[in-house]
Amino acid sequence: MAERTFKLPDIGEGIAEAELADWLVRVGDMVQEDDPICEVTTDKATVEIPASATGRVTWLAGSPGEIIAIGGDLIRIETEGAPDSAAAADPVKAPEPARAEPRAAEPQTPPAPAPARIPRPSRPVAPDLALNASGRPLAAPSVRARAREKGIDLRRVRGSGPAGRILHEDLEDFIAHGPALPAAGRAPRTAETEIPVTGIRRAIADRMSEAKRHIPHFSIIEEVEVEALEDLRASLNRQFGDTRGKLTLLPFLVRALSEAVLDHPGINAHYDDTRNVVTRHAALHAGIATQTDQGLMVPVLRHAETMTPWQSAREIRRLSDAARSRKAAPKELTGSTLTITSLGPLGALATTPIINRPEVAIVGVNRMTVRPVWTGAEFVPRRMMNLSCSFDHRVVDGWVAAEFVARVKHLLETPAMLFMEWRDD
Amino acid sequence: MTEIRTTLVVIGGGPGGYVCASRAARMGVDTVLVERDRLGGTCLNVGCIPSKALIHAAGLYATARAQAGAARCGVSVTGATLDFAATRAWMDEVTGRLRAGVSGLMESSGVKTLPGSARFLDGKTVEVTSDTGTILVRADHVVIATGSRPADLPGLPTGGRVLDSSAALTLGEPPARLAVIGAGYIGLELGTAFAKLGSAVTLVEAADAILPQYDSRLTRPVLRRLKDLGVTLQLGTRVAGWDDAAGTLSLTGRDGETTLHADRVLVTVGRTANTDGLGLSELQLVMDCPFIRVDDQCRTSMRGVYAIGDVTPGLMLAHRATAQAEVVADVIAGRTAAFDKACIPAVCFTDPEIVSVGLLPSECEDRVETSEFSFRASGRALTLDDTEGFVRITARASDHVVLGIQATGPGVSELAASFALAIEAGLRVEDVAATVHPHPTLSESVMEAALGMVSLANHG
Repeated sequence: MAERTFKLPDIGEGIAEAELADWLVRVGDMVQEDDPICEVTTDKATVEIPASATGRVTWLAGSPGEIIAIGGDLIRIETEGAPDSAAAADPVKAPEPARAEPRAAEPQTPPAPAPARIPRPSRPVAPDLALNASGRPLAAPSVRARAREKGIDLRRVRGSGPAGRILHEDLEDFIAHGPALPAAGRAPRTAETEIPVTGIRRAIADRMSEAKRHIPHFSIIEEVEVEALEDLRASLNRQFGDTRGKLTLLPFLVRALSEAVLDHPGINAHYDDTRNVVTRHAALHAGIATQTDQGLMVPVLRHAETMTPWQSAREIRRLSDAARSRKAAPKELTGSTLTITSLGPLGALATTPIINRPEVAIVGVNRMTVRPVWTGAEFVPRRMMNLSCSFDHRVVDGWVAAEFVARVKHLLETPAMLFMEWRDD
Repeated sequence: MTEIRTTLVVIGGGPGGYVCASRAARMGVDTVLVERDRLGGTCLNVGCIPSKALIHAAGLYATARAQAGAARCGVSVTGATLDFAATRAWMDEVTGRLRAGVSGLMESSGVKTLPGSARFLDGKTVEVTSDTGTILVRADHVVIATGSRPADLPGLPTGGRVLDSSAALTLGEPPARLAVIGAGYIGLELGTAFAKLGSAVTLVEAADAILPQYDSRLTRPVLRRLKDLGVTLQLGTRVAGWDDAAGTLSLTGRDGETTLHADRVLVTVGRTANTDGLGLSELQLVMDCPFIRVDDQCRTSMRGVYAIGDVTPGLMLAHRATAQAEVVADVIAGRTAAFDKACIPAVCFTDPEIVSVGLLPSECEDRVETSEFSFRASGRALTLDDTEGFVRITARASDHVVLGIQATGPGVSELAASFALAIEAGLRVEDVAATVHPHPTLSESVMEAALGMVSLANHG
């Protein structure tokens, strides 16, 4: 018998630490090699860590919520056989290593050495409703009795006593005026809730402020008539919807971008501002900004230029489901070359999107509406949609950006050009 | 068969049942109380009351004997003797007077008391059988308050020289060698009392600690006192068998198999709810095995059937049953009431006593602060010549609401009510600290512990 200490393996490029999401085993459990032992959350995704040995669990590092550095001690397993010689090999299997995509020479600063465990900030205090030792609203027995008599749930009554204790006065006030409106008008709302910014939310915060700090953004908002596109989309969905899945507008936009960047390669690029190098990409790896419970995530539609609209629709759906269930692999969340952000029906009239650094542009899709359009003779109703695009003004000139947007507009308004071989060079 | 029609029938005349019956009757509810043995239940007849009397007498005797040699405080006693028959007679007088009090209370409240064993025929009908015959009681409401009895240890049935706690309280004389199986509060209370009365006591406990529900800081003074009294502790030890003829217990412990000679064996391994023999299976009540599930008005899963006390899940303590009884009587009398206590105080009449009210620090889910004040710094403790123990107060860190107070030390049981008051009323530590506690009393230590958390203890 030997006790072996297993460390948190490298779970993706550039990831220095992970938050323990859940233990799937307990001390004393027997585990088989390859059984999942825990889930950890990085700033990008949730990853299951498998056991790399068969044996009995003797020790676990920390509890859910704690941060563990990559390479920090994770678990001890008592195994049959001799201990590892000097524990040279890292015995916890890494999940499929996240391969670096061939992409811009992003400077790889080695992660700063992190302490093995960083305690999470203590639970925030939100004393909306003070509770007593048995978990009931904090109130004297006579107050509780009177509330019962009046059929009032004390959890709805605001306590003005020490530590939020509910007093007879509070109860009488509630009985007389109800919960919302005391005599003088609306009661001031005084609660303050501290939410620690951790995990994915902290990563979002850092990335957003870096993007905004480094990139001088400028935005172009252009109007696109989508009558023809919408007719085409409806027709395709009627014909193939049942067999190939419904198409949203997004696959058409992806197609339009993959055409437009051929004419404007400077838009589908990364700008490494530490080395002063712009890397143009032939491939279109489209970042798809996706709202999840954890916050904004950007799964990547890889080689979008190769896809049919249905392929890209299916892949977008798969990626956003994966992101929402926190199961997206790290490599599915990195390496985009141009990002699309769409708020769907909430899309607003116009937006000023923030660029997904080190990219140099971002394409925002706004809400589709029917607007009156002047034809020169009369107003006609037309389905219209705005595109709100932001650009990095350090490396993209206003003229180039305007040309790019005009190209995308033209392609979307003339959808035949999205699919026919109209180039002759 | 005689048939009685009533509004309420209460089964069991212990501190739950008799209080429920009396309170309901005084509120005008036509009430019948069924008791198969003696009014007052376990508590009054074979539990709290006689054991406390025995503990008091044992304490007097031990003090008197201790004064023979050491002459503490300059007082010496010569020729302290124990007339255990007289002790027993005094204990019986105590319980007899209380029983008469309960009986008088039933009468003055207008409760009709029926001796006999009850059995459910259905949710509204109870058959009461006694020596004089069988009576059928039909009622709109039935309260099950049948309590509990000492649990058996498999392989060590009580009878003869093997006693349960009830039998231990009716012994004619202290046994020369007493083995106590189970170091919970009942075993410790009785074991300590008999040790003080001159028995050579061995405590056998399967767990690795006495009173395992409490932390070791609370139990350490008790362990010290047990040692002073010459009580032998065998922790981590199980009973493997009992040879009644030879009077030897076979034990399996850390050191392997051992034998222990004993004149009496007292089994105190917990208590069993009296839910059998009542015909409860007819009712198909929802159980929280082995207890009857009740809601916050002590209603069972069957309409009109209530349960209170040791047959319901929770601490098996008389005052919990009594508090539930008040709720049920009110509900049946048509008043609004619910059992919504913030805490149920628990007292161990060990030496020294241990009190726990509310949550132990380890039971709190919120982040908490604790503060302790030792009786070593208490003037009153010094004047009592006993400075063992401390008061510990636990409060939620965020708002200082008192969540738990524990104490161990001389006579701390009398402090328990003030602990409960603070927690039930939802006070903050600052409230306790700012309440003037009289000098010189042990209760000052509560204030000092509170001050220790919120500012500075005056004598800390």
